[in-house]
Amino acid sequence: MAALWLARASSQLARRAARRLPPLPSRHGGEPSPWFLGSSVAAPPPVLGSPPLPPLERIARRGFCSVRRFAGESSAAAAAADEEEPENGFAGGDQAIDFPGGKVSFVAEMNFLPESHGERISCYRVLDDDGRTISGSRFQEVSKEVALKMYIEMVTLQIMDNIFYEAQRQGRISFYLTSNGEEAINIASAAALSIDDIVLPQYREPGVLLWRGFTLQEFANQCFGNSMDYGKGRQMPIHYGSNRLNYFTVSSPIATQLPHAVGAAYSLKMDKKDACAITYFGDGGTSEGDFHAALNFAAVMDAPVVFFCRNNGWAISTPTTEQFRSDGVVIRGQAYGIRGIRVDGNDALAVYSAVHAAREMAIAEGRPILIEALTYRVGHHSTSDDSTKYRPVDEIEHWRTARDPISRYRKWVQGNDWWSDAEESELRRRVRKELLQAIQVAERMPKPPFAELFTDVYDQIPSNLREQERLLRETIMKHPADYPTDVPV
Amino acid sequence: MAARALREAGRRRGWAAEVGRRCFSGGSAGAAVAEPKEGVAEGGKAVNLFTAVNQALHIALDTDPRAYVFGEDVGFGGVFRCTTGLADRFGKSRVFNTPLCEQGIAGFAIGLAAMGNRAIAEIQFADYIFPAFDQIVNEAAKFRYRSGNEFNCGGLTIRTPYGAVGHGGHYHSQSPEAFFCHVPGLKVVIPRSPREAKGLLLASIRDPNPVVFFEPKWLYRLAVEEVPEEDYMLPLSQAEVIRKGSDITLIGWGAQLAVLKEACEDAAKDGVSCELIDLKTLIPWDKETVEASVKKTGKLLVSHEAPITGGFGAEIAASIAERCFQRLEAPVARVCGVDTPFPLVYEPFYMPTKNKVLDAIKATVNY
Ligand SMILES: Cc1ncc(C[n+]2csc(CCOP(=O)(O)OP(=O)(O)O)c2C)c(N)n1
Ligand SMILES: [Mg+2]
Repeated sequence: MAALWLARASSQLARRAARRLPPLPSRHGGEPSPWFLGSSVAAPPPVLGSPPLPPLERIARRGFCSVRRFAGESSAAAAAADEEEPENGFAGGDQAIDFPGGKVSFVAEMNFLPESHGERISCYRVLDDDGRTISGSRFQEVSKEVALKMYIEMVTLQIMDNIFYEAQRQGRISFYLTSNGEEAINIASAAALSIDDIVLPQYREPGVLLWRGFTLQEFANQCFGNSMDYGKGRQMPIHYGSNRLNYFTVSSPIATQLPHAVGAAYSLKMDKKDACAITYFGDGGTSEGDFHAALNFAAVMDAPVVFFCRNNGWAISTPTTEQFRSDGVVIRGQAYGIRGIRVDGNDALAVYSAVHAAREMAIAEGRPILIEALTYRVGHHSTSDDSTKYRPVDEIEHWRTARDPISRYRKWVQGNDWWSDAEESELRRRVRKELLQAIQVAERMPKPPFAELFTDVYDQIPSNLREQERLLRETIMKHPADYPTDVPV
Repeated sequence: MAARALREAGRRRGWAAEVGRRCFSGGSAGAAVAEPKEGVAEGGKAVNLFTAVNQALHIALDTDPRAYVFGEDVGFGGVFRCTTGLADRFGKSRVFNTPLCEQGIAGFAIGLAAMGNRAIAEIQFADYIFPAFDQIVNEAAKFRYRSGNEFNCGGLTIRTPYGAVGHGGHYHSQSPEAFFCHVPGLKVVIPRSPREAKGLLLASIRDPNPVVFFEPKWLYRLAVEEVPEEDYMLPLSQAEVIRKGSDITLIGWGAQLAVLKEACEDAAKDGVSCELIDLKTLIPWDKETVEASVKKTGKLLVSHEAPITGGFGAEIAASIAERCFQRLEAPVARVCGVDTPFPLVYEPFYMPTKNKVLDAIKATVNY
């Protein structure tokens, strides 16, 4: 509110100041000037009260009206406005010009756009904290079957995170990163998609893959980098990927997947597929150049892509207050000409409904949609991080307990009489057992064979790599103790 | 609960906790590289490499009110703890987090430096420096030249951790120094130990040219040596003979020096006398020291973690072939990473290990 008032106050001041100033005479005596051809005057004379001049070269090429007339009229108009202009600009209907990019009308006031809307953009929500649907809320119906599967997968993701995290702590895998607190985002967004939709993840969205049928064994194989890992043990744990499940392989560099998603979406459109691309990213990711490139490309290419931002408040130790000064992320869609929505990321039904609608619009209308899900990173950034160094423990606790998306959703599911406490404990017991089993199998499995070090660099192994492989084999024969025994040579 | 069940399952199968192991040769001795040198005050507390970097940053900020330190997560001390305590001591306007944007960090740093400040920017991992590549290559490197010295951004220093750690995979392990060596206008510096890191970093920060300063992250905690507490600088573009020898010259930089040092010791047991040189500054590099050594030994081995093809070792080999052609008794040997992306489970195979170096020493000496 205060910000809004300030913005209004400052524009009124600006307006008054503009009136008090006399119109500036044209510095070039009213003649069209060749300054754009490289004379020493770097810019056209500023005219208070008029919008900035369009780039002259372009105007000249298009045979647009002369600079002189344009500038002259503006100053004269500003003077006229001084006398009789009502608060809100020109009375006359013809004070608009077809600029490249569309017709723009003029105002006599010097109005700066405020830096914000004043009030923060509100957040779409379906379930209240007690898991009851808010009266009047509109959401996409989910069948009992889908609703239960969503719940089961959210719990599965949570258990998977806990056990893999612990496995890392015990030194069994080299790294891990949880999705704690973002289970609803993971699972509900996945549930609203079709399997033909192409997913381009950041790294905190393994639930999407889980929903699509990636087995606990497949997750474990990747984390252990064994011979069944589709990535052939080459990448760190959690860098999952599956061609079968239309889930592009995770890449650590932040935000690089966003422009890829636009390209993928464009391909879907050209192939007239009933599918979109969806890309996930964090609040931190929105600062990278690739974010901006991707949004702009998507808008210009009319690409059916859903940009899904998990705004969890933190990028490692950096809070969003040090990441951006805009009202979060959703607002930026508008600047690029992209429709967007802000949604409660800890409300599974809201996430589900928003993604469902976004997907329909993206495909039917051939356009990008931006979703900003507000949430909180309940876990440490990763196993390399201790977040109590930079944020209060009770803040974490609050989000872990009072705001937990799984318990909220469970209340709704149980409120529908779809789920019982007995089923709950049976589910948790079963998933835990399956996971421990999967870990044992994954751990026992040999690593991918040595030869895979040199494959996939290119489609075929070039001669330099063949030679390096041969020499390396000789070295291994000579110094077997230097090399791990679980990698078959 | 889960923890116990996991552990029990592990015991039953007799699993060893072997994550992060460096079971291949040449992985043990970060600290072994450090030796007392001329020109630097002796003594000081034994500290690790990240603490030495931290000391240098404290001094840089303390001695120059126009010095700034910034980058992703720098405010709370950085993900490698190199910037610990700086924000508290010098305030948030001189030591601060930036948004997650490497091109922004580099571009901002260039502008800051161009106004006569010391901009000390951190890129969280060298693997993530590429979004900043355009700013570094096309802007920082050419700022002085393209303006006819009207402007310069010599106050710019970009610090970034590089190299293998045993479990970093593709994107937490790379050694991209050669890309930057290919850009006239930049200096590239890589220290091998805590004492070197402090002196070379202070020299880089105060050098009137943009410097990319790669820190061997494997040594951040591992390498410990006595570091003088006071303000001191070590000269750029001066290589150092850290071990004298007569049969072959070995040259490297950063973490690889530890591997080379071990190879020297093993070779000595076989009666081969190696001369070991730390290049320290890759661009502009000290050809004279290397040349003098090769003229004496007649043989040269270059070693780095980056892939062999197009690595900086190739430049050294070519230059020395030009300068010492008549004196070379064997082809210049290169022991480097293989020409693949940096692989997780294959890291022990990928690395230029001590035994690979030792084999190459023998082959070269017996050529
Ligand atoms: C280009 C690049 N720069 C830096 C990093 C190091 N890094 C890894 S995750 C991360 C923070 C990402 O935060 P956000 O996008 O909010 O995702 P979250 O971890 O919160 O899910 C950083 C800085 C990186 N991976 N890639
Ligand atoms: Mg985040």
